[in-house]
Amino acid sequence: MAKYIIKRVILAVVTVFVVATITFFLMNLVPGGPFITEKSISVQAQEALKEKFGLDKPLIVQYKNYMLSILQGDFGLSLRQRGRTVSDIIGSRFPISARLGGISMVVAVVIGVPLGSVAALNRGKWGDKVITVIATCGAAFPSFVICTVGMYIFGVHLGWLPTMGLTAPANYILPVFALSFYPMAYITRLMRSSMLDVIGQDYMRTARAKGLSQANRLFRQALRNAILPVITYVGPMLAYLLAGTFVVEKIFVIPGLGGQFVSSILNRDYTVIMGTTIFLATLVIVINALVDIAYKFIDPRVQLK
Amino acid sequence: MNNDYLVDIQDERLSFFTPAGEVKALGGVSMYVREGEVLGIVGESGSGKSVTAYSLMGLTAHPGKLVGGDLYFNGHHINGMNEREMRKMRGNEVSIIFQDPMTSLNPVYTIGRQIREVILLHTDKNRQQANDRARELLRLVGINEPDKRLKQYPHELSGGMRQRVMIAIALACEPKLLIADEPTTALDVTIQAQILELMMDLKKQLNMSIILITHDLGVVAGMCDRIAVMYAGKVVESGTTDEIFYNPSHEYTKGLLQSVPNLNDRDHKRLVPIEGLPVDMLNPPAGCPFAPRCRSCMKICLERMPEYTQLEGAHYSACWLLDKAKFESQGKAQS
Repeated sequence: MAKYIIKRVILAVVTVFVVATITFFLMNLVPGGPFITEKSISVQAQEALKEKFGLDKPLIVQYKNYMLSILQGDFGLSLRQRGRTVSDIIGSRFPISARLGGISMVVAVVIGVPLGSVAALNRGKWGDKVITVIATCGAAFPSFVICTVGMYIFGVHLGWLPTMGLTAPANYILPVFALSFYPMAYITRLMRSSMLDVIGQDYMRTARAKGLSQANRLFRQALRNAILPVITYVGPMLAYLLAGTFVVEKIFVIPGLGGQFVSSILNRDYTVIMGTTIFLATLVIVINALVDIAYKFIDPRVQLK
Repeated sequence: MNNDYLVDIQDERLSFFTPAGEVKALGGVSMYVREGEVLGIVGESGSGKSVTAYSLMGLTAHPGKLVGGDLYFNGHHINGMNEREMRKMRGNEVSIIFQDPMTSLNPVYTIGRQIREVILLHTDKNRQQANDRARELLRLVGINEPDKRLKQYPHELSGGMRQRVMIAIALACEPKLLIADEPTTALDVTIQAQILELMMDLKKQLNMSIILITHDLGVVAGMCDRIAVMYAGKVVESGTTDEIFYNPSHEYTKGLLQSVPNLNDRDHKRLVPIEGLPVDMLNPPAGCPFAPRCRSCMKICLERMPEYTQLEGAHYSACWLLDKAKFESQGKAQS
């Protein structure tokens, strides 16, 4: 296990390094720069700013300087938000996105897993059909449609729910609904098919022949086997949700990391782009590693190599 | 019901209601098992061997349904039992070993847990006592290092070892009846012999009855007291092992025996296969189901199902040829 973790950490460092390198050069290939804005800044001022942030040096030197500074844990200053460090920006934005995304993931799993199981147990009956329709809708509707329709019905028309910000618990309802609907639908479908598969397995017949009750057979015998595909899916999805999503954050006016990331790209805020990319890459790697380890605990046949 | 019998199945009729129509999987099956006896059920795939045995445990798979007859086991009238009563009986009074040990154990739980589970369910033992019993059971089925095995997962054991574990689970509550559904089909030959020997050994120790479902006549010959030969959802011939092997009277039984290779045969006789295919259970013929493949088929065979003819003692066979013989012998005696 210790050997495995060391191996994963080394691999993670290499991956992050490669991601950072590719992002750095791609980012600089895109025309434009951080100091070209609608307000015209004089050429002298632009040059001065470039010199201040070291952007006047050859690209390869900039790359070397950047890599050396992040090795010391310094992600630099934002080029566009004066006086704010990149770590500071991520540190203030990420918790907002992460809380919203985390809640959405929990909701998606808590609803999706039972829904999929119920559909599988009632295969072909009307309960299954209703659930399949809901799951298909969830997979088909884009999140902005859910956002605006939800906002219109519950926010504007009925006036039950607030439509912007994240100040009170009620504020979470609409964005969480919008964020969790797709993963919930996907998990339902995954769960339904894997549960159907598990129910037909020989060991389920053994469980029945032992005299175990239906509840025991479902929760103790089947669930642990059937949930494996869901775990595989939850890993990357969780990383995606925690990172914040541009559309939902934009519509509900939530100051999360997703919106921040997109605007930093539009602004060519190089240090923020780099910092956020490295942060998200690390997040994905860590979550994937945790999923792999969780897999090992759920299914003893899995070998961590 | 007959009190001498542990299992008494009378005229069982069971159908699968498929979208294509009613498949009469069992069309009036009768058989019995005495205490401490081994009954072999022989027949080709789809003849209803497993369906008969499963229905005894209330394990008939959807969309199968019992549509007639009476099943008695150990004083229970199976027909009238609800799911709760059935659960108390399963794994406790009657256990089953399945064909494929590779897939019959839950892959995510340890062997120990899977044995303890059934003990905790049916007895008053606590966890520690259940664990002791599990260890004892593993020793009983000939698994060494039981403490190590209890902590292992199914994928860490070989096929033969897993079938031993299945047997340990089946015997955990000392059942009156063990149903073995082709217990050795998925194992290689040397392991087969070991498993069968183990089963016979345990049967003697625990004085239980066994229903052995198989299509391997060699296995049946060595193990069973009595045999029921099934074809297309009917018992076509039943009797003691000797009666079936030395005096087969149904054409299907004869065909089965002729298709078994004999090692002691010096003149390299050709094996005689039974020509044709099993009947289509969706559209069964009006007469004897074996008639289309039978070498001695008569006109009446295609029209009416023959009744059972008692040959000697408990040796019964359903064939018009025997009826004719009986009729002729009676005719001679009268004249």
